[in-house]
Amino acid sequence: MSIVGLFAQLLAILLALALAPLLTGWVNQWRAWLQGRRAPGLLQPYRVLHKLFNKESVVAEHATSIFRVAPYIMFGCMALACGIAPTLSTDLPLAPAADAIALVGLFALARVFISLAAMDIGTSFGTLGARREMLIGFLAEPALLMVLFSASLITQSTSLAMIVETLAHQPFAIYPSLAVAGVAFTMVSLAENARVPVDNPATHLELTMIHEALILEYSGRHLALVEWAASLKLFAYSCIGLALFVPWGVAEAGTPVAILFAIPMLVVKLAVGGVLLALIETINAKMRLFRVPEFLATAFLLAVIALLVHVLLGA
Amino acid sequence: MLLLDWILIVVAGWLVLGFAGIGVLRNTAFVARVLFPAGAALGVALAGLALAGLLGTPETAVLALGLPDLPFHLRLDGLSAFFLLVIGAISVGVSVFAAGYFRHGEGTPPGLMCLEYHLFLASMALVVLADDAYAFMVMWETMALSSFFLVTANHRVPAIREAGFLYLLIAHIGAIGILLCFGVLQANTGDYTFANMRAQSLSPLWASVAFLLATLGFGAKAGILPLHVWLPEAHPAAPSPVSALMSAVMLKTAIYGLLRVSFDLLGAQQWWWGVLLLAVGLATALYGVVFSAVQTDMKRLLAYSSIENIGLLFVGIGLGVLFNAYGMKALSALALTAALYHVVGHAFFKSLLFLATGSVLHATGERSLGKLGGLMRRMPWVAWLSLVGVLASSGLPPFSGFVSEWLLLQSFLFTTGLPDSFLNMLVPVLAAGIALVAALAGYTMVKFYGVIFLGQPREPKLADAHPASPLERAGLVWLGAGCVLLGLFPVAAIGLIDPVTRLLVGGGIAETVRANGWLLLSPSSPDRASYSPLVFLGVVSLAVLLAVVLVRKLYHGRLRRAPAWDCGYPAQTARMQDTAEGFGQPIRQIFEPFFRMRRELPSPFDAKPHYRVTIEDHFWHWLYLPVARLTSGIARGVGRLQQGRIAIYLLYSFVTLIVLLLVVKS
Repeated sequence: MSIVGLFAQLLAILLALALAPLLTGWVNQWRAWLQGRRAPGLLQPYRVLHKLFNKESVVAEHATSIFRVAPYIMFGCMALACGIAPTLSTDLPLAPAADAIALVGLFALARVFISLAAMDIGTSFGTLGARREMLIGFLAEPALLMVLFSASLITQSTSLAMIVETLAHQPFAIYPSLAVAGVAFTMVSLAENARVPVDNPATHLELTMIHEALILEYSGRHLALVEWAASLKLFAYSCIGLALFVPWGVAEAGTPVAILFAIPMLVVKLAVGGVLLALIETINAKMRLFRVPEFLATAFLLAVIALLVHVLLGA
Repeated sequence: MLLLDWILIVVAGWLVLGFAGIGVLRNTAFVARVLFPAGAALGVALAGLALAGLLGTPETAVLALGLPDLPFHLRLDGLSAFFLLVIGAISVGVSVFAAGYFRHGEGTPPGLMCLEYHLFLASMALVVLADDAYAFMVMWETMALSSFFLVTANHRVPAIREAGFLYLLIAHIGAIGILLCFGVLQANTGDYTFANMRAQSLSPLWASVAFLLATLGFGAKAGILPLHVWLPEAHPAAPSPVSALMSAVMLKTAIYGLLRVSFDLLGAQQWWWGVLLLAVGLATALYGVVFSAVQTDMKRLLAYSSIENIGLLFVGIGLGVLFNAYGMKALSALALTAALYHVVGHAFFKSLLFLATGSVLHATGERSLGKLGGLMRRMPWVAWLSLVGVLASSGLPPFSGFVSEWLLLQSFLFTTGLPDSFLNMLVPVLAAGIALVAALAGYTMVKFYGVIFLGQPREPKLADAHPASPLERAGLVWLGAGCVLLGLFPVAAIGLIDPVTRLLVGGGIAETVRANGWLLLSPSSPDRASYSPLVFLGVVSLAVLLAVVLVRKLYHGRLRRAPAWDCGYPAQTARMQDTAEGFGQPIRQIFEPFFRMRRELPSPFDAKPHYRVTIEDHFWHWLYLPVARLTSGIARGVGRLQQGRIAIYLLYSFVTLIVLLLVVKS
């Protein structure tokens, strides 16, 4: 473990914590513009967080401690996820602690806790949200794992840092398997981050909401943490996607200066990614809940096909 | 004195405790306060001795029991010591729990229960020690019979008697398979010791026959498709400590048998055995978890979840066989380590969950998920410990279930290196199935936990639910600690699995793992794959702590209790929560072909609308009922011969005589 590595690690986590709401604000802004609305300011998510942290938390009378613990656990999981995703540098002291499979487990842990918290109150919407969230989770999780497997088979490693380092070092070549996996990954990310066409983050229409139904009972600091964790999740997913499919520009071990260049590179990549996400959300309509399994089954099959393509073609 | 002798003394101690139970047949207090805790103490001793045996050299003994010229041979080696360790460690938790669990007036008197229970434990210990087919079969049958009587403890309920009968039937189909397998293995030498079987080298054809018979025989005990139907019937029927032992330990003796026969007794392995185990295991796992997700009875849900886990174990063993058949010792050791890790992990979390359902059952008198809810406030100990079991069972880091899942997925990533071009394409894709099963297990466990412990009580009587007794809690704590420790210290645990894989395939991964330090689990090299549960837990906890402290410091910690908001709907009742059926509905819809479903839906004009959905297993209609019909058809045919009149029987004898005379003459 080098001092530079430690520095890069801390920087990556702090940067993620700081930039994640900005990414959400950026996507929201572009979504509004593309839909012909006036956009809220870029810093709106920070204002919302500040407002929520200032408010008192109202907790249902019969809520148990699971309800109060869950936002913190979700936040902690997402912070670790941002810590192991090679955003700036591949020389991360935390990277050996959790590889790609553990990352999927990490997301699952957060999902299970927030679903249990939703069931804890015992209201109709909470349990409905929990069920839908777990439904999407169990369909998306294997697809995500298979996407990561395709990358692992190419690079002979499940460590995210190693995957990125290997991919970035290859002469520029389009891997057919990674191309297919990229489509699958995009579909999974849309579902996992509660985006159109799977879920609409801006809705409170009871028949369609998933993520919002889940966190309906949260308020004050708990809600702020959940919202922040949700932006962190989007940030982590974006970074993993960028690391897997556009791995250039990430600093490697022993190059402290490269980290400085990696930051603007990351911001540019995220900005482009955010616009693309807003575009996808604008040109798609939200689908019925029971079309979601088909959507995610397609993602799963695509990911499996990516794996097959890799073992068939060796690329 | 040899270790083996000490182990036999412990086992004999269990038998003594059991027979002491007969002396105090109806003295519940004595059985609960003295005999069961003593059994738990012996369990600790057994686990300690097994630990020593795991690290020591193999020992053999010949008992002067059994038939003349046919004594019992016993042998303690790495494999048996490992399973003894599981039996010992789990029995401690279950016995302590049982001491606080058994009550007056539940069918079988407590003293008899004590005998059956300890006989069951002793026979399982002797099954894994047996070193000849005769001793093995005697112990195997003792295990089946004692557990049959334990399952039917509440024998006045007809459904429980039926469940017991089904269990006994399938156990015996399995036993026939095992017996025939040993018959093939001794290769006409007439010597049924395992030492002789090891020395024989069977032709590939006969080796395959033996392997298939072993898979059938041990598979029936383990509950693989299509012989799984007894599990969801027998587990709910049995008292909870018994379900816990059966699911956590007895199913594992079948895994032991499969490993013993296919790796130790049979010499060279063939690649297609591995593929068969993989295919059967994956089908079983998927089938188990899908059915588990739609159950509405908490113990049935867990029983199906056991089927799923047995499927995962078969997948691990299948990979081990596949790698071993191609001489890839290190990878075979990796896959077997994953399977053996799951053996221990599943033993701990499943016994924990079954015992928790026992506490819930005693506190509320309800097994149906539709009538539970909100028990976290009534029984916090059981609820928090169950949460550990649920997280481990869902395969979430940093608990035990995740380590074995991680190792299993890692071994799948190596299957592209198989020398057969067809296999190295097909097998990695099967990992997708494992991923799906693992994700569905999470869904099922959220349903299980959320419906029982969270939310609002669905019945008024749940307000009277009493917390678990101190002994019950102690048993749960022991098992919960196992889930946590196995999750946090995988490197140490793999050190204990190493002697087993060395015995089975002549290779192990402990050396590689230890080379990377005790903190980091990495089966090959840290560049390739690594996982560190302690760091994982540390970072997440640190982030949580920092968040708590900073929010309090920078803002405030004010909190107000108010009625639940729920989008402002004024009338909220407990019945508006999702039921177990509701939680299973997406699964029923997505996996519809898996089920044989009957729905009764109300029409809008019904004065008294009712909704009912029943779900049945296809295998009943495809396999079991046709066989049952065939059997009763044949029986009816034979029955026609039986007219009950002496003249008819004389006629039969006369005709037979004439026919025989004709035959002899020509």
